[in-house]
Amino acid sequence: MISLSPRKDIPLTLTLMTPVVAIALTLVIGAAIFGILGYDPLAALYQFFIAPVSRPDQIADLFVKACPLIIIASGLVFAYRANVWNIGAEGQMILGAMAAGFVALTWPNLPGPVMMPAMILAGMLGGLAWGMIPALLKTRFNTNEILVSLMLTYVAVLLIDWTVRGPWRDPMSFGFPLTPMYADAALISRVELPGVGRLGQLHWGVAGALIFALAAWFVLGRSILGFQVKVMGDAPRAGRFAGFSPALVTIIVMAISGGAAGLAGMVEVSANIGQLQPDISFGYGFTAIIVAFLARLNPLAVIIAGLVVALAELGGDSAQIALAMQKVVTGVFKGILLFMLLAGETFNRYHVTISLPYRARLRGDRMQADRMQGDSGA
Amino acid sequence: MLEDLILTVLMTSVPLVYAATGELIVERSGVLNLGVEGMMLMGAVAAFGIAMVSGSLVLGVIAGGLAGMLTAALFGILVLGFATNQVATGLALTIFGAGLSGLVGAPLIGHAIEGLPVLRIPLLSDLPTVGKLVFSHDLMAYGAVILVAAVAYFLKRTRAGLVLRAIGDNHDSAHALGYSVLGVRFMAVLFGGLMAGFGGAYLPLALTPHWAEGMTAGRGWIALALVVFASWMPWRVLVGALIFGGITIMQLAGQARGWTVPSQFLSMLPYLATIVVLVLISRNREFALANSPACLGRAFHAGK
Repeated sequence: MISLSPRKDIPLTLTLMTPVVAIALTLVIGAAIFGILGYDPLAALYQFFIAPVSRPDQIADLFVKACPLIIIASGLVFAYRANVWNIGAEGQMILGAMAAGFVALTWPNLPGPVMMPAMILAGMLGGLAWGMIPALLKTRFNTNEILVSLMLTYVAVLLIDWTVRGPWRDPMSFGFPLTPMYADAALISRVELPGVGRLGQLHWGVAGALIFALAAWFVLGRSILGFQVKVMGDAPRAGRFAGFSPALVTIIVMAISGGAAGLAGMVEVSANIGQLQPDISFGYGFTAIIVAFLARLNPLAVIIAGLVVALAELGGDSAQIALAMQKVVTGVFKGILLFMLLAGETFNRYHVTISLPYRARLRGDRMQADRMQGDSGA
Repeated sequence: MLEDLILTVLMTSVPLVYAATGELIVERSGVLNLGVEGMMLMGAVAAFGIAMVSGSLVLGVIAGGLAGMLTAALFGILVLGFATNQVATGLALTIFGAGLSGLVGAPLIGHAIEGLPVLRIPLLSDLPTVGKLVFSHDLMAYGAVILVAAVAYFLKRTRAGLVLRAIGDNHDSAHALGYSVLGVRFMAVLFGGLMAGFGGAYLPLALTPHWAEGMTAGRGWIALALVVFASWMPWRVLVGALIFGGITIMQLAGQARGWTVPSQFLSMLPYLATIVVLVLISRNREFALANSPACLGRAFHAGK
């Protein structure tokens, strides 16, 4: 039996410890799963979490992997804070990549200073537009945004598949489902560190992601918009009395999270791929949900959470190569981590007592006896 | 030809009926489990694995149901025991189920099994047309109809069904009357998992006799939409599942007949149809929410 009683105040150390403990427990359970699967648990954990970051260029690649996760999760934080469940970031990311790709492929001769801003804008608008569908259907027809945004992800996957196999396919691609390569002005360049040169795949989009997370943190924590979002999530009734419009907040947070996902799609393609293809995302839109929760819906913490989750992703690759382990192990890890985080949230908010059933009954009886005694005394 | 088409439509709707009916009971008790997709995948992989190893399809079906139930138990402990956020926990369950089923199922890829046999009923199965359409299905397809009837009877005509609905509509009152809110909800969640597991099991055992990673392809989510479509009434689940089965098959039939529409657009149909249906149902608030459990998605803990 598990009994919960709400905590009066939540100590800061507990708040900070929760994700750490959740990660530690995930590692323990992960080691157990590796053991069951017949791998040496320590070697597997080493491959998963140490090997991928043992050189400076690998650490740079960790940031590259975390880049789309950080951008998307920074946007999702707004939606989840407002209790709007946008789980279609994957589709919004694809639409962002397509919109940016449309600009890059239609006007390949645009000069760099025009091309980049135009693509960024197009990417954000593409994701925003895709996010507006569930938002408007929710505010207008009261439909469930979870189901609509998810269904639209399946539609987006099919849509990009059709465009790169059909109208946008490069005639010179020998039948491969690929668009032409973007012009140089449409590509995000690698970072040249003074004295070091290029480090792994590190590109300027990573800097953009960090700035984006900072901006999200500022807007959420320091602006009236952020305040509205938080009030509508925590106390919708109070928000309505204050004159905030639930519909408007829904639309705004869907616009922010959709736009962020679209931006991530644009960055991912322009920095790492250079052309559109059927698979431009590898589930980043879904993984970012975990990042947002690991960060406890705080955009600054999203940066760290994005790096942690990206590490698990890279670890999956590394374990696959070194130990011939299935890549899907990463998915199991992500699921367990999310479970641990959610349970950790409960330990944060409540005093949790876990006891055997008969002892719980005993305590219940005693409480009842106390109460009766109190009644007779009064 | 047409008979075959209708037969495929019926088969396509079977897994949706199981998963959606299970979820309907879960939601009627006031719990929103968004992990249907994950539970179905676990059911599918367990069913295929056990059926392949043991050679027994019945054992496969049972294993599928149990796997779904076990996955649901994890959800139940977190959501009911630890009062975690139901939406987030359901998403986690889907991510977890997709990952674990892929991991467990990796060695099963590329193998094939003999699908569920048609259960022939003497005389009836030999009738022209009707015999083929109504009396020539496998055990699980008949089971789906029986399940809907049983759940409809349970909810409307039994005391336990009344208690379940009471808990879904007002958990505080039900608790005050002495009913175990969390106990009943846990049972409902387990039942939902069992049914999602059965629904998942039907995919590799009957529909496409092999295992592929993520083979549910969003059916778990469509099942969730079906519950809304059915406005929490069991018989309407059956109707909805048939409509979705029809739309899914329409795209295949369209491809076979050489429709000029690109195949990707035909494949979008079930997802787009889900959205359209959700809009049509949800826009009429009174109809949509008439049977909606008032406590849906709200956490309950006794120690207030």
